[in-house]
Parts: sequence; C-alpha cells; structure tokens
Amino acid sequence: MIPKRIAGIRFEVLSPQEIRRMSVAKIITPETYDDDGYPIEAGLMDPRLGVIDPGLRCKTCGGKAGECPGHFGHIELAAPVIHVGYAKLIAKLLNATCKECGRILLKDDRRDHYINMIEQKKRLGQDCEDVIKEVFRVTKGVKVCPHCGTEQTEIKFEKPTFFYEGEHKLTPKDVRERLEKIPDEDLPAFGMNPKAVRPEWMVLTVLPVPPVTVRPSIILETGQRSEDDLTHKLVDIIRINQRFMDNKEGGAPQLILEDLWELLQYHVTTYLDNEVSGIPPARHRSGRPLKTLAQRLKGKEGRFRGSLSGKRVNFSARTAISPDPNISINEVGVPKIVAEELTVPFHVTDKNIEEARELILRTEHPKANYVIRPDGRRIRVLDTNREELAEKLEPGMIIERQLMDGDVVLFNRQPSLHRMSIMAHYVRVLPYKTFRLNPAVCPPYNADFDGDEMNLHVPQSLEAQAEAKILMSVQEHILSPRFGGPIIGGIHDHISGLYLLTRGEKLFTRKEVMSIIKPIEVKELPKPKYVKDGVEYWTGKQIFSMILPDITIEFKAEICQGCEECKKEKCEYDAYVIIKNGELVSGTVDEKAVGAFKGIIIDEIMRKYGSERTRKFIDDMTHLAIRAIMYTGFSFGISDEDIPEEAIKQIHEVIAEAEKKVEELIKAYREGNLEPMPGRSIEETLEMKIMQVLGKARDQAGKIASRFLGMDNSAVIMAVSGARGSMLNLTQMAACIGQQSVRGERIKRGYTYTNRTLPHFKPGDLGAKARGFVKSSYKEGLSPVEYFFHAMGGREGLVDTAVRTSQSGYLQRRLINALQDLKVEYDGTVKEQTSGMLVQFRYGEDGVDPTKSFRGKAVDVKRIINEVLSSEGEQVREYE
Amino acid sequence: MSKFKLHDHILVPKHILLSDEEAEEVLKTLGVSKEQLPKIRADDPVAKEIGAKPGQIVKIIRESPTAGKSIAYRLVI
Repeated sequence: MIPKRIAGIRFEVLSPQEIRRMSVAKIITPETYDDDGYPIEAGLMDPRLGVIDPGLRCKTCGGKAGECPGHFGHIELAAPVIHVGYAKLIAKLLNATCKECGRILLKDDRRDHYINMIEQKKRLGQDCEDVIKEVFRVTKGVKVCPHCGTEQTEIKFEKPTFFYEGEHKLTPKDVRERLEKIPDEDLPAFGMNPKAVRPEWMVLTVLPVPPVTVRPSIILETGQRSEDDLTHKLVDIIRINQRFMDNKEGGAPQLILEDLWELLQYHVTTYLDNEVSGIPPARHRSGRPLKTLAQRLKGKEGRFRGSLSGKRVNFSARTAISPDPNISINEVGVPKIVAEELTVPFHVTDKNIEEARELILRTEHPKANYVIRPDGRRIRVLDTNREELAEKLEPGMIIERQLMDGDVVLFNRQPSLHRMSIMAHYVRVLPYKTFRLNPAVCPPYNADFDGDEMNLHVPQSLEAQAEAKILMSVQEHILSPRFGGPIIGGIHDHISGLYLLTRGEKLFTRKEVMSIIKPIEVKELPKPKYVKDGVEYWTGKQIFSMILPDITIEFKAEICQGCEECKKEKCEYDAYVIIKNGELVSGTVDEKAVGAFKGIIIDEIMRKYGSERTRKFIDDMTHLAIRAIMYTGFSFGISDEDIPEEAIKQIHEVIAEAEKKVEELIKAYREGNLEPMPGRSIEETLEMKIMQVLGKARDQAGKIASRFLGMDNSAVIMAVSGARGSMLNLTQMAACIGQQSVRGERIKRGYTYTNRTLPHFKPGDLGAKARGFVKSSYKEGLSPVEYFFHAMGGREGLVDTAVRTSQSGYLQRRLINALQDLKVEYDGTVKEQTSGMLVQFRYGEDGVDPTKSFRGKAVDVKRIINEVLSSEGEQVREYE
Repeated sequence: MSKFKLHDHILVPKHILLSDEEAEEVLKTLGVSKEQLPKIRADDPVAKEIGAKPGQIVKIIRESPTAGKSIAYRLVI
C-alpha cells in the first residue's frame, strides 16, 4: 500500500482573524487558579484550553488528559506591538515603500520585471533570495516616490524592535498603518505571497495563547504548583495589557501610556525570544533566565536537534571503557552498579514460577527490580513488599530481572560508521565502574582507552535477543564486508608476544611451557622437540601450534624482506610461514598471521571452521601472546635509540654531503647550468632535485642508524613485526627527522615580503636549512629554527585531518541517505524498496558477498587445489 | 565533420536494441515494470546511433573487472 503523500508544506503568517477563529477562549485575567485550586475561567489555565490533570475532561472536546491535544486561546492586545522575529523584515519593507501612498518605490514595469524574475526562479526550483535582496537594495536608494512624488525619509531600525524616522520615533501603531497601505500587487516583488502574508500581520494586535498541554504546570513535593516559564511570561503580558487599558480609559498622560506600551512590547518580545540582543532577558524570581518560545526550539537541546532528530532510549548505559584481555572477545565487562540498574523482562509461566520467586526474594545482585502485573501496573520490589510479591506471583506476570552474566547486549561506539560499530556481546558483571572489552575488538570499534566512552543497550524481547545473538555477535563480524578479510585480531602486544615466542628456535622447559599455556585449555603436551641431558625442551613454534586447529597454509610473513628469490622454508629471516596440519613448521607469527586487517591464519580458520572456532582461536591467541610477552618481558625506553658515536659521525657526514650537493645544485641553477627536466621549469627541476637529494640523505642516515639497532631492539621488534610504529618513526628518533613540508613542497613562505622563511636567512636563500630541512633527530633535539619548521609541517597535518574528517563524514552521510533502502533481492538484483526501481541487475556485477569472498575474489582456485591435494598428503606452495 | 561510430571506441560498452518480444521476456525474468528500469535518454549519442526510440529497451554489455561480463538494461525515454 502506498501511504498518502504530502505534496508540499507552506508556511504562512497567522492573521489576527485566524488567531481569533482558532481560539476557544479569550483570556483576560492573569490569575491561574482560585483559592480552591480550580482553574479560573478566562484565565491562563482556562479548562477550555485543554486538560493536563488526569481524570478531568476537556471542556472543548471532551477528551481525557492524553487524548485532548489542547486548544489555543487568545489575548486582545490593548495596543499593537512589533513581532521581534519580523522586525528586520518590517524595517526593510518600510524603507522599500512610500511613506504616503504605501506603494513600492519602483515604477510598475520595473516591479513587474522583478516579479517575473522571482517567479521564473521559483519555477525552476532555484533560490530567489538574491533577487529579493536586490529589490530591497534598489528601493532603498530611491528618494522620491515614483507614484505620488512624496519625498522619502530613511527609517532607521534599532534593535530589537524600534523604528526612527529621523528623530521621530514610530509607534507600532504607525508602523502597522504604513504596512497596511502596501497593496497586494506589490508584495510578490518582496517575495511575499499576499494570500499567505499581509505585512501588517507582522505587527501583533492579537496574541495566541498556547494550550495548557504546551505549558503544563508541575506540582512540587510540597504540594505547591509551579508554573511553566511560558505561563509566567503570559501572566506578565496580561497584567501589563490590563494596566495599559485601565490607564487609557482613565485618561492617563501620554508619557505614562508610552512607558506602558514599551513595557508591553518588552514582555511580548521576551515571550517570543528571550535571547534577543539589546534588551535584558526576562528572569525568573531565582535569577534564572526564562525559557521562552524560541529557546524551546533553538540549539542542541532544542525541539529539533534534541527531541526530533536525537531521541533518547531506555535500557541503555554509557561509561568509559578499559581493556581486559582475560575476557573473551564476545564478552563485555559491565560494572555491577550498571548491571543492578539495567533489567531484562522475565515472563512468568508455570514452568519457571519458582525461579521467578527466587529472583524476587533475592536481596543481592541478580534480583528482580520490578514486578509487572497483567494489567500493566508495575510495582517496585522493596524490602517491605518482597515476601508479599513473591507470594502473589502468578503466571502471566512479568518480572524485570537485573542484568547478569550471559545476557546478550548491544555494544556501540560512535561514530557508528560501519556495521561493526554496534555488535552483540555477552555480559560479564565485574567490579569497578568501567565497561571492559578485550583489546582485540578495538579495531572494529576504532576504540582506545585514552578516555573513550561506549554505549550499551539491552534488547528486551526474545526476538531482539535472538536476532542480536545470531546476526550481531562479535564472532559473526570477524570478517569485514569491506575487504573480505578479518577486522578482529591481535594488536600491539599480541603481535610482539607471538613474534617473541615463535621467532627462531626458542626453547622452553616443561615448567616454562606450563606457565605460558596456563590460560589455555591444552589436554596433552606434544612430544618435546629436543631432549638434552634428560631435560625436555619445547620450541616456541610448538607452543603456538597447541592453539592451532588443523589447517594447512603457507605465506610470507610481515617481516619478509622481499628477497629477489624466495628461499621458502630455508628463509634466513624465518619469514616464510608454513603451517602443516595445524603445526607451525617454520616462519614467525606476526601481524600478517594474526593481526587485525591482515591475519591470514584467522582468515583460514574462519573459512574452514566457522565463527565459533575462530573466536576461540583469537581468545587463545591473545591469552598466549600476553603470557609469552610477560615471560620474556618487553620494554622500551629512550636509551633504546642510542647509537654509537661512530654512527652519529657517519650520519653527520651523509647529511653534510647532501647539503653540499644542494649548494652545488643551487649554484648550477644560479649560473644557468641546470638542465630542466621534461615538462618542468628550471625552478621546479631544482626543487625536485633538492628534495630528491635530501630524501636520499634521510634514508641513508636511517639505514646507518638501523644497522646499529639490532633485531633484538624492542622498538625494531615492534616495527618489523607490525605491532606498532614503523622503521621511519625509528630512524626519525635515532638519526634524522628530514624535510618538513607544507602542501607537499619545501617550506617557502613565512617572512613573506622579503622572500625568505625567517629573518635568520638571507633573502632568496634556497639552501636546505633555510627551507625546512631538519637534520637533527628527535633524540638529539631540534634547533629553534628546525623546531619552528617542524611545527609548521605538524600543523598542516592537524588541519588536514580535521578538514578531512568533516568532509568525509558529510560525504558518507549523503551516501547512506541515498542508499539506505536498497535491498539485494533473492534473485540477486538490487532494488529500491519503496519504488521497486532496479539499481543493479546483479549485486556488485558479480553477485558476490564480500564477506564470503576471498579478499575480494569470488573463488580462490589455489586454495581449493591446495586443500584437495593436502588431504592426499601432498602440498602446493604459496597462499596469497 | 565526418561521422564516426561511438561503438568503435573502447570505452563505449556494447548497446543492443531489443525487439518488443525480447523486451517483454527481459521484463518478465526481472519481474519489474518498464518504468522501474534505469533510463537512457533517446537523445543520448549512443541511443541515437542504434536508433532507439522512447519506450524501447536497450541491452548493455559491459566488461567488468569482477564479473568478466555484466549485462544491464535501460529504458529509452
């Protein structure tokens, strides 16, 4: 069924007649309730305006509280007042029309020309604002009315609601009279539709009074009524209105009347918007500024952003996260105080009534918070009524039970950019006050523990719980639909740990092995690889093999040096991984094997054994890795970057050499001996050559430094295994930071007018030092000039990321809005859900689900051959 | 200006005009109405070249890096 469609929405200004027509009550008294607590007729709480007290019925529509939407009333203002929201437009209109005849200050043909232009723009769906702006600009300059010949005086607008004609102040009444004179035919030139807006309606003579449902009063614990801010404001308006009328009838002097008029204007203005500049905001008795109409709608907590676009939910929690490597990847540690507040409904039946009774009678953690009777009444379980409730318990009731171990919950971290940003976890109730998660699930959430907070939601219905478990569990999201590889895997210490464990032939005695595999379930130790002098020794590779299921793969590890000819199992770097029937035969386990985003072993297990076994592998792997890294110990300090004196000397030489080369290049350029490269100017050629020379120098310096930082250096271990950091980071710390750049070029501007970067240099200096080459290392420290250039480059990076995130965020939002109701049908076509429009004839042209593909490919022929042959005891090399 | 065939260009996929019977068949297998197909304008250069008239259906055969060959249909408007 196609629902009714909204063809369009039009906004109009309420006319005084319209306000009176929709009003059900004329409000005249500022009193709200009489001494008996009953609402006063013709007061602000008039029963005709709707009901808020339960049990009473609306005098207008007869509906109960909740049924009756409320009805508008009105106040007849004793004198017209300007509407603040339209004050600026009024000022523009006054200046665009004749003070005498009210006609637009344009000849008819000119007016019609503009009207046509506006209409054409509207017809084409374009913005007509600029034409209207021009009309106001042109008319403002006209000195004499082209229709009646009256000379025009400029009207000055003073914020928020005052108009001056020369020295003379215009009253709202004068303003209204002038606006009345503007003929309907002239209005389209100002972009106004005379059917929707008459300019004089922008000066209020009648004020609508919103229904009581819009401004409900609350009853405090003391029994006192506390009125809404809007009611307070309306009381003020009525009071002044009344006083003005009394004074006018009593024939009070003009001066007093004017003062009262201004006061009325003030109250109406602040009633509409209490944050207008130029006048002090109306305050509550306590000194708090009142929240009036505009404040209800505006801003982050306003009706639009706060209540309509951003709604709040029950059964949710939010707190900081911290790591706990001892829980499974599909668990989440929930603080006890949170678990005691969140509940899951427990439907009482004949079968489980005893269990339910027990929950109610409990006084500690997994207990019942509420009992909901079949009639919908909820009763809180307290010490006083616990026994009674347990006794009266019967099938059909619902108990709200506290969250406990094994419950399924949704865990989320913003920004929720992909489906892995909300996953289902099983609850583990833990002490303290943070949510705990296994560090291996940080990559999909993009979380770290520097103060990140995450949200938790408790699915209530059994359907929701089942859906969460089946579709949203963490293990169902190990493979990413983005590239068909694992997105959950080892990070940081997991990789360092396994690297240390599996690299080379590390030997462990029985005692050591037992201590490392303590957290994993191993039923039987394999045969020790060596027995020397009666002592059994196991290798690290054997220990890792204990957690492997039966798989057979081969691949090059992250530490692979990319030799010209791969020596496979005889690799001198131990970088060729061979796993045969669940036994790590050779190679080192590193990022490529178990890391998030790469993790070939994880990928393989997922394909062969499914999500549950993979979850177990990742759990075991992280446990093992942490045990392994704790066994050797792993630390990193500034002295790890120490390189010998001779290396420093070599680095300095390399850099001095490069600087000299740069000087030579500049000299050649100055003398005109530089040969331009194809398609480049001589200047560009020079820049490129200099960049090349300096880049090479940095690389060389880095190479010298890394020669002295051996493979046992913990920073090097982290960099090569892919755990954290890169060799570049390391060489920048130890050897030379290198060229700083802004917009991909050497730094060339700064001390602008003299053609140099800083006053430390001569104008036109093109040398390495003067253009942002930093030859120091981070450890050495930077010179002031270098520090400045480094800050320039660093700042560009920060600005870039800030700009990129906002731009890509908006891009993604538009994409998601455009694609949100596309669906892959059972026949493989992609259709738009509402219109049935065909978008793709076959999903992704090949109809392949990327999570089920092999790194983007539909079938991995090599893998299949490998599998078939390996089952016959033969091997085919290479997995990739 | 000498006229050249758009179809000779390597980047232009093959466009084939379907007969009414073929069009009927395609719509039946896809289970959609004509209007739910993607569109191609009758004044599109390639549509002009094959002489497509509004209401007809064009079959487009593209080379795809993932699927080898991919087939799409468009309604001429």
